Amino acid sequence: MAEIVQEEGHKGKGKRKAKKHGTHIDMTPMVDLACLLLTFFMLTTAFNKPKVMEIILPEKPKENEKPPELDKDRALTVLLVENDKVLWYVGLADPNKPLPVLTEADFSKEGIRKVLLQRNKQLFTRISDMNKDVIEGKLKIPRDSVEGRIKRFYKEDKFGPIVLIKAADGVKYRNIVDIIDEMAITNIARYTLVDINPVEKLMVKTHISTK
Amino acid sequence: MGKIKLAVKTPRIDMTPMVDLFFLLLVFFILTATFRPEEAAPITTPMSTSNTPIPDAHLVTIMISKDDKVFFNVDNGTDSTEHIRAKVLQAIGSNYQIKFTPKEIKKFEGLASFGLPYTKLKEYLNAPDSKTREAMQSGIPIDSLDNQLMMWIRFARTYNNNLAFAIKGDGAANYPAVKKVIAVLQDNNVNKFNLTTDLKAVELPAEFINK
Repeated sequence: MAEIVQEEGHKGKGKRKAKKHGTHIDMTPMVDLACLLLTFFMLTTAFNKPKVMEIILPEKPKENEKPPELDKDRALTVLLVENDKVLWYVGLADPNKPLPVLTEADFSKEGIRKVLLQRNKQLFTRISDMNKDVIEGKLKIPRDSVEGRIKRFYKEDKFGPIVLIKAADGVKYRNIVDIIDEMAITNIARYTLVDINPVEKLMVKTHISTK
Repeated sequence: MGKIKLAVKTPRIDMTPMVDLFFLLLVFFILTATFRPEEAAPITTPMSTSNTPIPDAHLVTIMISKDDKVFFNVDNGTDSTEHIRAKVLQAIGSNYQIKFTPKEIKKFEGLASFGLPYTKLKEYLNAPDSKTREAMQSGIPIDSLDNQLMMWIRFARTYNNNLAFAIKGDGAANYPAVKKVIAVLQDNNVNKFNLTTDLKAVELPAEFINK
């Protein structure tokens, strides 16, 4: 600081430039650069984070443990086969009895979704009615407890189908995600991924050949 | 009548506010930008209606490419002083009798997903650039005889016990590969995991829309 003052004093003795010059810095290159960087960062920023779909599978039965008995009337088996096709039947396929008939569906909103919704109507309407009440303000509960309530509804579910998802080997991963997504959309309380058994393989084979 | 001569002046625009704004935005984008880590393989995830965002940290990602190769990634967690990746690598090293140099461990910490058998790890960590690294990714073996994915998951869980698991599969991956990965997870007692998907809208058949 002191130096500057001294210098000015020195200048004062000699010629003094009367014209005061406001220093004008040409900002154009800086602006250009800032603009360029801004564009770059705007384009590279990914705002939408990827989403995840949570799935919870039942625990693997221990070796000397019998797998839990399945209610025959609630069982709904969804067979995924090649070319995005879905086949489903109700009940259990017992090789000693006449085999159930397979019905074909697809992943559109009028396909397997409708089937699942019709069978899970009670639970589905219960949940959607509650959601509606929350949105309209009839039911004032915090967001977290909405999820808790839905979980409780799932647990209390006594009539909805228990869906067994069985995929053949030629199926793409996309179909698996689709069908699990259907479970979430239609609020199916119980579902699991299981291996396809020989009886069902045969059923699929005969279904395709008779078509 | 004398004409008044107006001095021709080039109009000067004060750019300061604009520059201010630019820099503000620039700083914002720089700070919010999270650079996409080097991906081992391009993966197009399938769509679902799930709206849950992916967890930020403490996540194991198992990727399945469309040619059914399996890749693995575990993050460093929120506290980088814990060096989780380094510990996992050392555990793998001692399990398969490989000694990693501090330089290799440091390199591994900085990388993201990878998919190669342990025999190639050293070569992978000493590769000069990302192109060479990418060419080396042949997938992690998950056969029942040589299940290296199992080991990675086990050691990752040893050093970080509140891990979440995400499967990021390509929509065109084949189901048997996915089934194997899920089986490995279940063998490790992971029954709750996430499937990474892209968002799509929910559509319902007309009679089920709650109005």
